[in-house]
Amino acid sequence: MSGSRDAILGRIRGSLGRGAVTGTEREVVEARLQDRPRGIIPARSDRDKKGQIDLFVEMAESVAASINRVPTTDAVPDAVGDYLARHNLGANVRMAPDSWLEGIDWTQRPTVAITKGPSDGTDEVSVTAAFAGIAETGTLFLHSGPSSPTTLNFLPENHIVVLRTSQIVGPYEDAWDLLRHAGKMPRTVNMITGPSRTGDIEQTIMLGAHGPRRLHIIIVDDG
Amino acid sequence: MKSTARHFKDNARDALADAGLQSALGKMETGFVVNRANAAARLPEFEALRDQGRDIKNHTLQHLDFYLETFEANVLATGGKVHWAATPEDAQQIILEICQSVDAKTVTKGKSMIAEEIGLNDFLEENNITPVETDLGEYIIQLRNEPPSHIIAPAIHVLKEQVAETFFEAHKDLDPERSLEEPQALLDEARAVMRQKYLDADVGITGANFLIAETGSSVIVTNEGNGDLTQTLPKIHIAVASLEKVVPTLEDATALLRLLARSATGQEFSSYTTFSTGPRRQEDPDGPEQYHVVLLDNGRSELLGTEFQEVLRCIRCGACMNHCPVYSSVGGHAYGWVYPGPIGSVLTPTLLGVDEARHLPNASTFCGRCEAVCPMRIPLPKLLRHYREKAFEEKLVPAVERAGLGIWAFVAQRPALYRWATGMTTRILTSLGRRRGRFSTLPFAAGWTRYRDLPAPQGKTFQQQWSAQSGRRDRNA
Repeated sequence: MSGSRDAILGRIRGSLGRGAVTGTEREVVEARLQDRPRGIIPARSDRDKKGQIDLFVEMAESVAASINRVPTTDAVPDAVGDYLARHNLGANVRMAPDSWLEGIDWTQRPTVAITKGPSDGTDEVSVTAAFAGIAETGTLFLHSGPSSPTTLNFLPENHIVVLRTSQIVGPYEDAWDLLRHAGKMPRTVNMITGPSRTGDIEQTIMLGAHGPRRLHIIIVDDG
Repeated sequence: MKSTARHFKDNARDALADAGLQSALGKMETGFVVNRANAAARLPEFEALRDQGRDIKNHTLQHLDFYLETFEANVLATGGKVHWAATPEDAQQIILEICQSVDAKTVTKGKSMIAEEIGLNDFLEENNITPVETDLGEYIIQLRNEPPSHIIAPAIHVLKEQVAETFFEAHKDLDPERSLEEPQALLDEARAVMRQKYLDADVGITGANFLIAETGSSVIVTNEGNGDLTQTLPKIHIAVASLEKVVPTLEDATALLRLLARSATGQEFSSYTTFSTGPRRQEDPDGPEQYHVVLLDNGRSELLGTEFQEVLRCIRCGACMNHCPVYSSVGGHAYGWVYPGPIGSVLTPTLLGVDEARHLPNASTFCGRCEAVCPMRIPLPKLLRHYREKAFEEKLVPAVERAGLGIWAFVAQRPALYRWATGMTTRILTSLGRRRGRFSTLPFAAGWTRYRDLPAPQGKTFQQQWSAQSGRRDRNA
């Protein structure tokens, strides 16, 4: 409804007592959009790398994510296999078709049966990579793309995310800069902080509302 | 949704007499209020972030047309569509046409206050499209055929026994002997029932906590993940949002996100914060094929440049109602329309008119807690006072009340008369009340004494005491 569009914009301008934004004023707001000034960033995550990793772990655990830190990529298949065994989850996992995950030698743990691709809702466990981890609140930063279907982040009851220490940043703003550097804005950016939860019945917090009941983060030390 | 704001007084009386509601509301102080205070205390920058949040919103509102046009251009550039709706009816029609274009039978919905404002569910049903609310609280109240009573906890008025009753009633194909005593059993049942509905839906409709001009993205914040399933699985994702949801950049949205969860639930960050930009890309393995944003005005453009512009900063966290003594006594339904609590008492007269909602600005003790906790520093008491004045000016206040105020104003403007009248009244009340120390009935004060006793004055008026001390603050100074 282009009639509505022009009427609404016209009313906004009328109420603000001016015409369209032009001249110097326009240059100022356009410059603000270009420069994207950062606001106040909490000092909490202003630490060295080790401090940021520790903060990430502490914050993620405080929202009921479970964490397993492993020394090398080779340790990932066992970390996944042990997790499945511990929670009685059977052998099947649905993995993101991610080249880094595919580069791991999964044959070390032959009991883990891997299929790849998006989820249709029948998978019990998903394994995905992450784009970044944000120490400030223990938040995982994932985005959609050919190697990272969004359905894997929400449909399975158990979501296992493999994150590398080199991907951990302090504040959210650093993750935005990394994403901009990587290319265009993807269809979906998911910031995930703990498993799905609800407080909608008498304000009792319960996990596993519609998304994963469990969020498990395997952190690989890659220096 | 049809308003009953006009009947606030009756609504409030019924709410106070409703034992179940009172028990449900009793849990608010120990939940939201304590959690918010703790979250704010954990972040030393919290107060500075509030100032910054206010400034970001003020800047955006001052250039709202520019940022909306930028937003629109970027949605188009990523393959999405923007639809402008001046009124709720326009928005209904736009959404219906999109749904009909794919012959939609069912629509899943993430929580959206704008969809409530539009009255979307009823409208879709009238057009043979079944809307399915996916947020657990919204699902419960949809089954109970009730409106939400809180903007972030829509079923806060419902007890778990009532949820169980509702589920037994609605989920007829499940074992009638099953146990639904524990909240966990209720959640598991809702999760199982809902799962297929997500997969079956033709269209997913969400709200938006923010729109980002820089990227053309809509942002939703949830804890359940329901909004994500709603906007990922169906062929079409429609985001409905009001104009003032736009912010310039990802950095600006991030700054406001630091305030939102802490103010709302006291969480450091909600479980899921999701940025959606356009439809799925050609190479994407999942995601919707179409992405639409419906921008609703519904009177907001006319608030710019007025004293009510400040309400457009609201990020819908619900802190004002969580901290409001009136809300926590009467609950959200008493307010009679979509938005309850202090923000509702400003928004409802703004969007529906003072005539419909004139009682709401009076539903405040002016204790100021709402303003003290508002992350966007909206001066809610000041705005409520504006509406009280407006209602008086527009002669919407009943004649007796107006006459009373007129007499009071006449006396108050004449200091000698005022001193004489208050001195006289105090003397009479002091002597009449000497024996009991209080009054359980008094002429002209039935509104007070019907609910509580009026303490009898003890001695002299303030002004008499003041002049006895020759205007000194402290007798011993």
